[in-house]
Amino acid sequence: MTDRAALFEYLLRLGDSTLILGHRVSEWCGHAPALEEDIALANTALDLIGQTQMWLGLAGEVEGAGRSADDLAMLRDVWEFRNLLLVEQPNGDYGKTILRQCLFDAFHFELLTELTHARDDRIAGIAAKALKEVTYHLDRSSETVIGLGDGTEESNARLQAALDLLWPYVGEMFAADAVDAAMHKSGIAPDLAVLRSRFDTRIDAILTEATLTKPDSAYAQSGGKTGFRHSEHLGHMLTQMQWLQRAYPGATW
Amino acid sequence: MKHEWPLWEVFIRGQHGLNHRHVGSLHAPDAEHALRNARDVYTRRNEGVSIWVVEARHITASSPSDKGPLYEPSESKVYRHPTFFDIPDEAGHM
Amino acid sequence: MYAQMVTSEATQDDPDKLAAFQARIDAGDKIEPKDWMPEGYRKTLIRQIGQHAHSEIVGQLPEGNWITRAPTLERKAILLAKVQDEAGHGLYLYGAAETLGVSRDELTEMLLDGRMKYSSIFNYPTLTWADMGAVGWLVDGAAIMNQVPLQRTSYGPYSRAMIRICKEESFHQRQGYHIMMKMAQGTPAQKKMAQDALNRFWYPSLMMFGPSDTDSVHSAQSMKWKIKMNTNDELRQKFVDQTVPQAQYLGLSVPDETLRWNDEKGGYDFAEPDWSEFYDVIKGNGPCNTERLAARNKAWDDGAWVREGLMAHAEKKRAARMAAE
Repeated sequence: MTDRAALFEYLLRLGDSTLILGHRVSEWCGHAPALEEDIALANTALDLIGQTQMWLGLAGEVEGAGRSADDLAMLRDVWEFRNLLLVEQPNGDYGKTILRQCLFDAFHFELLTELTHARDDRIAGIAAKALKEVTYHLDRSSETVIGLGDGTEESNARLQAALDLLWPYVGEMFAADAVDAAMHKSGIAPDLAVLRSRFDTRIDAILTEATLTKPDSAYAQSGGKTGFRHSEHLGHMLTQMQWLQRAYPGATW
Repeated sequence: MKHEWPLWEVFIRGQHGLNHRHVGSLHAPDAEHALRNARDVYTRRNEGVSIWVVEARHITASSPSDKGPLYEPSESKVYRHPTFFDIPDEAGHM
Repeated sequence: MYAQMVTSEATQDDPDKLAAFQARIDAGDKIEPKDWMPEGYRKTLIRQIGQHAHSEIVGQLPEGNWITRAPTLERKAILLAKVQDEAGHGLYLYGAAETLGVSRDELTEMLLDGRMKYSSIFNYPTLTWADMGAVGWLVDGAAIMNQVPLQRTSYGPYSRAMIRICKEESFHQRQGYHIMMKMAQGTPAQKKMAQDALNRFWYPSLMMFGPSDTDSVHSAQSMKWKIKMNTNDELRQKFVDQTVPQAQYLGLSVPDETLRWNDEKGGYDFAEPDWSEFYDVIKGNGPCNTERLAARNKAWDDGAWVREGLMAHAEKKRAARMAAE
């Protein structure tokens, strides 16, 4: 793999994860448990969509084939997506949504913190802007997980069920492959093993305060960020997200 | 079990170093959540740099019948306002 | 217009107080929450502001229907921001209503069990992307007609909420018209889609202002109290006069063969909407009444454990803090 191909892959991973999670979170708009939560979720989704525009825009530039961020978002099929499996999981109840958010935010925060030192000004710049947004996302999602975990018997049970369901998707965030290794070598991406230990420290503290029990299985699903095997959910999401661009090829909106 | 999240009043200090100003209200289970909600609800357009939240029931408001005694005395102290003083143009900007 | 056919409450108060109150309103004073006010004024306002707030909240649904299908990342962000604003506007309005001694949860429950209404317009389906254009252009356009004058309403908290809402809404109608422009200048299929959206939303938009109320005692009382600033017909006329040239600019035709410029009145003559359809929608028989209320009920019911969970946690924290002191 050339350096450019690896960088393109890496940028797709960043942009596809924010795209797919932003899309999932936007599905809540108009349906959240309280008006304040509705508005807050929309802010998170808007931040993630904005980050997607930057990451995929840069990916298109790096690829050099004339594809825009919109082309990449709207005109690729499932196997060409490089997002984490975690973010394509359906929203479920609010507990599952907020726990998915918290797990991703805790990873995202550490990753972006490191990417602000990337040996590529474009990447460092995007990371610096995104980090400000994600610092707040993490604050909000972790406090909500704590509030619901340590809330009523029902809210605790729902959060625990969400954690059990989503935990197998945590490992993929930190599983380094050839792309990660190449990016690490060229001074762009951090060592994922280091991120994992910081992630664990933070998540352990949140879960303790939330009176939730971390599943003791280390089993990790994989296939999202490599694109080798996504879940069935992604295809259904794409049929919605890409509908207009696919049904009216070449139209501008 | 059913109780509504308490009502909070939100005060925001904008970009220009002015005082905190009342912007509206919202509901939240506690002060920390109220602050976050205020950030999400009332600063969507970059409106503020500092937020205060106060639970509405802790605010003591003057009653309308006090309006006279509380505010009218200051109406007669026109010298508190700069336009009270007639300064000739020759004196320059003041 | 998001509050339709609000009946005013009869008021039985001390005539001297009533006269003094009316004098304040006539003098352009703002009425504030702790001021004396006639019971009818208070109740009418709760009904009107509540209905307006409910309309914002239910109004999230028809546009929310397209957030996940927006054609570009930018359109998606703009639409999401707009629908989010509607939630915010509902929140400001509930806040204004709460100063009158009713809680947001009480108002919400009245919406959910059908005791309170929301605007008829949100019971129509959004079928194509062009509907996002039509809703922004026509529905927000009609709403603004009413909201701009309401910034001067006599009730302070309502007036302040409307000022904030008008400021934020300024981009809503423009984004809708922008979508229509893109489509009207687009492929033949897009242009057809735009015309189809105008055809479906024209009359429901005219209905938003409510039936003629020139002879309505309720409206007369509300106008005297300055919680209604114009008659329904005035606003409807203004809306048509403003919108027809905009449609012409797009190269789209307003679905009204009787539409003519009337030099004498300096406005358009136009066909009335089918008012029997309006009453059907108000009674609950519109194309989407069932879905809209079901969606709001589901969000409320599914969210109960979340609201209670966070509240329980807050109480535990408070108790722990007090024990530590």
